[in-house]
Amino acid sequence: MIRDFVYLKPGTLDEALALLSEHRGECKVIGGGQSLLILMRQGLVTPAYLIDIKHLDELNSITFDNKDGLKIGATTTHRTIETSEAVKAHFPVLVEMEQNVASIQTRNWGTIGGNLAHADPAGDPGPVLIALDASFRVANTEQERTISADAFFLDYFETALQDDELLLEVKVPTQKPKTGTAYEKFTIIKNDLGIASVAASVTVDKVGKCTKARIALGAVAPTARRAIQAEQDLLGQTLGEDLLNHIAQKASEEAKPISDIHASEDFRRHLVKVLAARMVAKAWKQAIASA
Amino acid sequence: MEKRRLSMTVNGQLYEVYVNPKRLLVEVLRDELGLTGTKRGCDTVSCGACTVLINGLAVKSCSVLAMQAEDAEITTVEGLAAGGQLNPLQRSFLDHGAYQCGFCTPGMLMSATALLREKPDPTRREIQEGIHGNICRCTGYNSIIRAIAAVAQRKPGEEGQ
Repeated sequence: MIRDFVYLKPGTLDEALALLSEHRGECKVIGGGQSLLILMRQGLVTPAYLIDIKHLDELNSITFDNKDGLKIGATTTHRTIETSEAVKAHFPVLVEMEQNVASIQTRNWGTIGGNLAHADPAGDPGPVLIALDASFRVANTEQERTISADAFFLDYFETALQDDELLLEVKVPTQKPKTGTAYEKFTIIKNDLGIASVAASVTVDKVGKCTKARIALGAVAPTARRAIQAEQDLLGQTLGEDLLNHIAQKASEEAKPISDIHASEDFRRHLVKVLAARMVAKAWKQAIASA
Repeated sequence: MEKRRLSMTVNGQLYEVYVNPKRLLVEVLRDELGLTGTKRGCDTVSCGACTVLINGLAVKSCSVLAMQAEDAEITTVEGLAAGGQLNPLQRSFLDHGAYQCGFCTPGMLMSATALLREKPDPTRREIQEGIHGNICRCTGYNSIIRAIAAVAQRKPGEEGQ
């Protein structure tokens, strides 16, 4: 049973920030509520005030230009990202990722900002955005700041957002030439939350040597996290089976999975190995093939 | 808790109700408006039995606050039949035996309606994806897919559309 709350519907972003400041610590912000309402129904989250920003069109937009990259407003739905021509043209990995988020119904109503602020370690956008070097623009009534995706997820369902701060926008920088990015999650039923997931982004030089790498792991730690050692060991290398085996091993060592009803710790580490090798190879081949 | 005024258009009719803001859309549709065609299944965004259209988009009404549907156009399964006549999709479900217990049927119909509006001639794969968010525990998926495909293949101008 959902506990009673005072429902607040700000008309503008400024009003939303003012309400957040006024009720900080005793409120929750609701976007599409596709995760939050489940927690509220279970009595795990019991805010005194609920600030609804779902309808704020100021935060509902997708833009791309080469200089600033991709910008996605926080109230943009998953489905809007999935079907955006700009996203498809410049970041096809985001379209592929979104197609595997839950169901069409959830993607029609759930927002990217809500997904990220919810910070489920098995969420799909987190690892992909980390691999893409994305950052998040956040604000309170006083100021704005930008937090890198890599530094945003602090702990299980915990983010770097202060309790008076709102996530406004996701910024994904234009990718360097000869860069590929890939993401895959392992699920028992298609589109479930991943039991383990890996996103990889690889940039290569003219002769196909790796000049930059990002590997982000999902669902195998309290937060989405980078496999930094594995990334470093890719630099200056050329793609080969020995390298992939080494990277897979490193990434699996950097995971901090738990055992639960879905999978054991060992099986999750095994999945990270398989997925890391697969995603690095996929990203790498894309990078070589790209302009 | 103070009730809030909520106005929304459901199946073309404007409603104004006073609800506790914690009420979910499915609760208001069923308990306040008496539109019990929309089913409450899992209550956790999993099964899709509660699927309705909000401004043409299929959503799971068990996980939408009713207040978020303010001023929206909602279509429920009751809105499909016009003048007491089943619409072509409903007719096709009947013709293909696309239900067993019938509990998932309203949600399946609404997801299929949204799919066909977006893709009037979907492939089998697209139909499968279109109803991915709807679970039929009788597992009658093949007849449901056949029923949707049959409507999609209807030529323009044929009776019933």
